[in-house]
Amino acid sequence: MKPRHKRIALIVGGLASITIAAVLVLKALDSNIALYITPSDVIAGKAPHDKAFRMGGLVKQGSIQREGMTTRFIITDTAKEIPVAYTGILPDLFRDGKGAIVQGRLGADGLFSASEVLAKHDENYMPPEAQHAIDQAQKK
Amino acid sequence: MTPELGHFALILAFVTALMQGVLPLIGAQRRRTQWIALARPAAQTHFLLLAFSFACLAQSFLANDFSVAYVAQNSNTQLPAIYRFAAVWGGHEGSLLLWVLMLSGWGAAVSVTSRQLPEVMVARVLAVLGLVSIGMLAFILFTSNPFARLLPAAAEGRDLNPLLQDPGLVFHPPMLYMGYVGFAVAFAFAVAALISGRLDAAWARWSRPWTTAAWCFLTIGIAMGSWWAYYELGWGGWWFWDPVENASFMPWLAGTALIHSLAITEKRGAFKNWTVLLAIAAFSLSLLGTFLVRSGVLTSVHAFASDPSRGVFILILLGVVIGSSLTLFAWRAPRVSAGGAFALVSRETMLLINNVLLVVATGSVLLGTLYPLLIDALGLGKLSVGPPYFNTVFVPVMVPLLLLIAVGPLARWKHADLRDMARRLRLSFVLALLAGIILPQLMGRWTPMTALGCLLAVWIASSTVFQIVERLKIGGGNAPASFWGMHLAHFGIAVFVLGVTLVGGYQEEKDVRMQTGDVVSVGGYQLRLLGISAAPGPNYRASVGEFELSKNGRVLKTLHPEKRQYFSSQMPMTEAAIDAGLTRDIYVSLGEPLDQQGAWSVRVYFKPFVDWIWGGCLLMAAGGFLAVLDRRYRLRVKVAASVPASATA
Repeated sequence: MKPRHKRIALIVGGLASITIAAVLVLKALDSNIALYITPSDVIAGKAPHDKAFRMGGLVKQGSIQREGMTTRFIITDTAKEIPVAYTGILPDLFRDGKGAIVQGRLGADGLFSASEVLAKHDENYMPPEAQHAIDQAQKK
Repeated sequence: MTPELGHFALILAFVTALMQGVLPLIGAQRRRTQWIALARPAAQTHFLLLAFSFACLAQSFLANDFSVAYVAQNSNTQLPAIYRFAAVWGGHEGSLLLWVLMLSGWGAAVSVTSRQLPEVMVARVLAVLGLVSIGMLAFILFTSNPFARLLPAAAEGRDLNPLLQDPGLVFHPPMLYMGYVGFAVAFAFAVAALISGRLDAAWARWSRPWTTAAWCFLTIGIAMGSWWAYYELGWGGWWFWDPVENASFMPWLAGTALIHSLAITEKRGAFKNWTVLLAIAAFSLSLLGTFLVRSGVLTSVHAFASDPSRGVFILILLGVVIGSSLTLFAWRAPRVSAGGAFALVSRETMLLINNVLLVVATGSVLLGTLYPLLIDALGLGKLSVGPPYFNTVFVPVMVPLLLLIAVGPLARWKHADLRDMARRLRLSFVLALLAGIILPQLMGRWTPMTALGCLLAVWIASSTVFQIVERLKIGGGNAPASFWGMHLAHFGIAVFVLGVTLVGGYQEEKDVRMQTGDVVSVGGYQLRLLGISAAPGPNYRASVGEFELSKNGRVLKTLHPEKRQYFSSQMPMTEAAIDAGLTRDIYVSLGEPLDQQGAWSVRVYFKPFVDWIWGGCLLMAAGGFLAVLDRRYRLRVKVAASVPASATA
């Protein structure tokens, strides 16, 4: 092969692999994003029913109930409230009245089944998405 | 008084950075020997001033000087002394000071150890490092002064975040920053070479040991962070694709590509432009990482309360660094010669594929990390990109890369003989196939993914060992350090891959409710809860669980996980108890008390071969350090001294 052909082969090979990678990447990205949806938007019916999403807000004061390893609580953006159920061990900073983010699916009965609960690692820190949900609710 | 001295030293350091960044650069251009000669002393003074400033801040912490706002926010009289020292980099201001101290340290190291380099080159490298330092110091002095006084002084400090009160804080950030910032040296060499127009094999040889050293520190830093998250955060995972983890992983990927492409540039004089671009990319990604962590734009484990407006400054700095270096590149690159030709099957091609794959991997991680920020910035809503994305994208890119690790080092430069390579890989191929079939079955269950992982690990490990054996047969005593370094690092990857595969495929995780006397079985082991009692700590109160670990009725060990409540912040903390072993970890952590009967929620993990993950990383880093020791990096380059540095300027 002439050097020029070799270079063309290299470039074509490189481009082909990058294209394949790009297609894979975009496909994976599309199916693995979780939207943040505020409790008010969930009530307004803007939440997907077939897909997991994230919801941020405050854990309503006094709403935490335990039944064995399952915990039920309410996430609120101060305007609207969504009941949530989670089975497993909660993060250390999951507290009454504090900000939290839950990821999971919304059931037909309006109960949000969380597969993951995130609370942050600083007593005074509010997850931006939880703050955002509250700001949105209070603007209305 | 001490804080003022520290602040003053910081200002002086800024002034020396100006001298270091500007004068040698002009001197090198106009051939003024005195100005060129200024670079080394300026870099060393710069380092000493910053070290002094850093020591002043540390002294303020150790002396509990709560009239310094930063100390008051991050320390407390009850905090043990070692954490009071480590708390220096426990917050925003101090970690930036550490960053710039590390930068000046690398600069000083270059100035001391680069006797064999031409003066003009050294002057330019140090000047570029000085320029970066100017940017960072301006950031510290104008927006994040760690010495700012608090009036009136606080009676007691707010305390260090309990999560950070761990030996991990003492080692993880300094190691990580050593690596991050170390890429500044690779960047400085690249820019200096662009300015001089002398982009050649000698430049690559000078740059290589520095780049490899930085890469080693970054490897250790990331591994330590991963280990810390494993035992301290109480999650038991070793990698979460958290944005901040990605922020440190992207420079690592780019850096890995860079150390390989530097090899081609040094040995064959090829891919010079590409290598320079990678050096710029690796450092830019380091800066991006600093921005992502310090600006608080991300929701992540590292997102402690922080000030987003500061992010703008780093973003501008990032823009200036990328913009100016790419402009310089665009101006200089067309003059760079192409380098030696090579056949389609050759070491060059192998390394090129390595580079393409690593760059694609970097790009996909970058996309996943920045995508939520981009969408948010465009006002299209908030979203998060989860670990499944990264796993689906990352694994297919890594598999060919791992396959090639065994093949690449066998290929000769310029033109490799496929048949010869196939012959030398035959035995590895058979062993890898056997491993893929047998190992997963020994572990209890055969799945395609575990088979693939075992196959890859044994493929890499065996071919590495066979190559060493081949070398020993023809007289391995004279093999250079870099030969051993490369194979050790590649072997480390095999160990890492095996660890990741086995822990991913065979771990067991249980969240259970336990009362005194209850038993939970995991991975063939039994854990009995003997009781949970209260115990005092230096600055916290703890509930300590007592678990008896046994296997087949034989008691092995008692484990003591803790739940701590820190006095100053009222923050609870989980301290997991881990029985670590070569082939498995047993991991227990306490959740919380559940009811009046004294039951607790308890998390129990069985983690087979998990320590191999970090062991593999340490082997990679050890291999890197071994390569840095190679004699040829310390040989004086005869030709270099005679070439006028600014020949093309």
